[in-house]
Amino acid sequence: MKRKVALFVPCFVDQVLPQVAIDTLTVLRRVGCDVVFPEDQTCCGQPGFNTGHWEAALPCAERFVRVFSGYDCIVCPSGSCTSMVRSHYPELLASSPLRQDAIDVGQRVFEFSEFLVRVAGVSDVGASFPHSVAYHPACHATRELGIYAEPMQLLRAVRHIDLRPLPNESECCGFGGMFSAKFGMISAAMGDTKAVNLEQSGAEFVTAIDPSCLMHLSGVFGATRRKLKTIYLAGILANTAAGAAAKGASR
Amino acid sequence: MSAASQEFLRKAIIKSADLDHRALIQKGMLSYDLAVAKGKLRFADWEAARNRCSAVKAEGIANLAKYLTEFEQRVIERGGHVHWAENAGQANEYVVNLARARNVKTVVKSKSMVTEEIHLASALEKIGITVWETDLGEFIVQLRNEPPYHIVTPAMHLSRRQIADLFRDKLGEDVKDADPVRLVAAARVALRRAFFSAEMGISGANFLVADSGMVAISTNEGNGRLTTSIPRIHVVVTGIEKVIPRLSDLAALWPVLATSGTGQPITTYSTLIRGPRAAGESDGPEEFHVVLVDNGRTELLANPETEEVLQCIRCGACLNICPIFRQVGGHTYGTTYPGPIGSIYTPRTAGLSEWGHLSYACSLCTACKGVCPVKIDLPKQLLITRRDFIATGNVKPAEHAGFAGFRWASADAGRFQMLGWVGRKALAVVRALGLSGTVLDPMRVWTKYRSPIALPKQSFREWWRKNGNK
Repeated sequence: MKRKVALFVPCFVDQVLPQVAIDTLTVLRRVGCDVVFPEDQTCCGQPGFNTGHWEAALPCAERFVRVFSGYDCIVCPSGSCTSMVRSHYPELLASSPLRQDAIDVGQRVFEFSEFLVRVAGVSDVGASFPHSVAYHPACHATRELGIYAEPMQLLRAVRHIDLRPLPNESECCGFGGMFSAKFGMISAAMGDTKAVNLEQSGAEFVTAIDPSCLMHLSGVFGATRRKLKTIYLAGILANTAAGAAAKGASR
Repeated sequence: MSAASQEFLRKAIIKSADLDHRALIQKGMLSYDLAVAKGKLRFADWEAARNRCSAVKAEGIANLAKYLTEFEQRVIERGGHVHWAENAGQANEYVVNLARARNVKTVVKSKSMVTEEIHLASALEKIGITVWETDLGEFIVQLRNEPPYHIVTPAMHLSRRQIADLFRDKLGEDVKDADPVRLVAAARVALRRAFFSAEMGISGANFLVADSGMVAISTNEGNGRLTTSIPRIHVVVTGIEKVIPRLSDLAALWPVLATSGTGQPITTYSTLIRGPRAAGESDGPEEFHVVLVDNGRTELLANPETEEVLQCIRCGACLNICPIFRQVGGHTYGTTYPGPIGSIYTPRTAGLSEWGHLSYACSLCTACKGVCPVKIDLPKQLLITRRDFIATGNVKPAEHAGFAGFRWASADAGRFQMLGWVGRKALAVVRALGLSGTVLDPMRVWTKYRSPIALPKQSFREWWRKNGNK
């Protein structure tokens, strides 16, 4: 029987980076999942929560819990949004009647690579990507959810890929949600520091399990006229034929 | 926007673009990273050591009144004096009055962030006393008339060359090739004279040990020992949160502090002081005073959510790992304590409205949480500082409207979809008219530092409706 999976698409992915969700869907279907997209979903509430607007974040979180309460397995193409639900809902919903439901839903929501490796038990999805790639370990996925080995395992199984080690890999890329707008100059300087390390790695592409980091880095590469390109993990995994053009790549 | 917030933005713009500064700090931090990684290997179980230190500090904070009075009693028994200061003014007044009463002309200081916090040196200088900072880094920044850049390494923002130039201008010493050994020698000549002429030595404290009434001081240059043993009067100025229950607790705290601070196994000079010179002792001061400073600390203590912040042992690890600190440096914050801990401590103790902006100068990367040797949940503290900052009405009208709109749109998938569509179309029009980056561009805060995001033809949910079930 096919495993039923509900797709939790981060609000900015839905509106600005739809290819990330399409690639995620492609890979999930390829490994045999029956994927649904609950159309009632909007946003997990992280923008409000992280900026101190908990009054704006709370209804979002409660809505999320209601929309997804009927699904056993929820997959999200973002470590940060997954962590919002799993790590921060218990605090945000501390005095909400939905608190226990929120904790339960947090146990059923999985970041994409975490789902593939830990839940579905797949590390080779039959992908091919004939390019040099460096992996940027996004902060929330790595430090809040402890996800690092999973994406590496998936990348190592990709045919024709040339994986490059990234110097000082665990330092933040500088996105940080509203931080990137409130303190754009610091955010861009951090992105530039990451870009210098990426150039040292010699990789053509940087990949990550948080499309938000990549969206920011892509903007920094453009503003500083760098040749580096970004691609979300599912963008790599969705490619099958050797030599196929990287569809999900930007910049 | 508060004055401090505007000043932060002004300096952040300059420092973020200063590539020489970035290179200097990155180099220093990368060698620190290596030293700490190596230092941690000396522990059989670093996590267990952190847990132990966290528990010891938490025990001290949870029983603060009990341990402080125990400490006080022991100090008084041995002929020392303890003064409780509610704020900076009271602490400075006590030290200034004491200096005046004892006819003090020269003061030597060992490194103490609390004296920076209360601006003790300038209070003493106001009554004509000469104050010498004797920690080399502090001495350098004092000569430059600037505050410490970092709580552990105050002059880390300066190159050898800059220090050599400073010594030539201020000390009249021309050091060949900015040779570090000769630079230290030049500073030593000046400082030795100060040590032997000073009537009063002022130190901070790393720990106050309740069960033995001792003050623990860690220094790497031996200046702490000279400061506390040569002058006639020794004054310890420190925060009330420094108290720990037992002498044996230092067995965990000393190595963990040194490893987190610099990667050392233990700080070079780890000194325990328990009062004035006793009968039969060959050295030590005639008078011994301890000034216990509150200055906002009980605000943190009164709130169960923020109490853990008082566990901080000022090792500097959170500053060093912080990618924002690594870009903007210590002076940009405009606070005594920069970096993650300062961005929590300052708004809580010196005013949310004036300093709350600092809690936002953080990308929530959470690296600091992993390195804090006493396991303060720094990212959570930053988040609740933001929450309280907003709850006390510190929000710009545009941001308020933005979140009201966000709340309205995210409550309904149809509205959310419509708002996204309108936003993308508006952005496309703005771009088509060549108005990117102008006030009409909703993405101008983004594109100021980044190339524009390529807009998709449709959102994922639009795509799903057409193709999702194929």
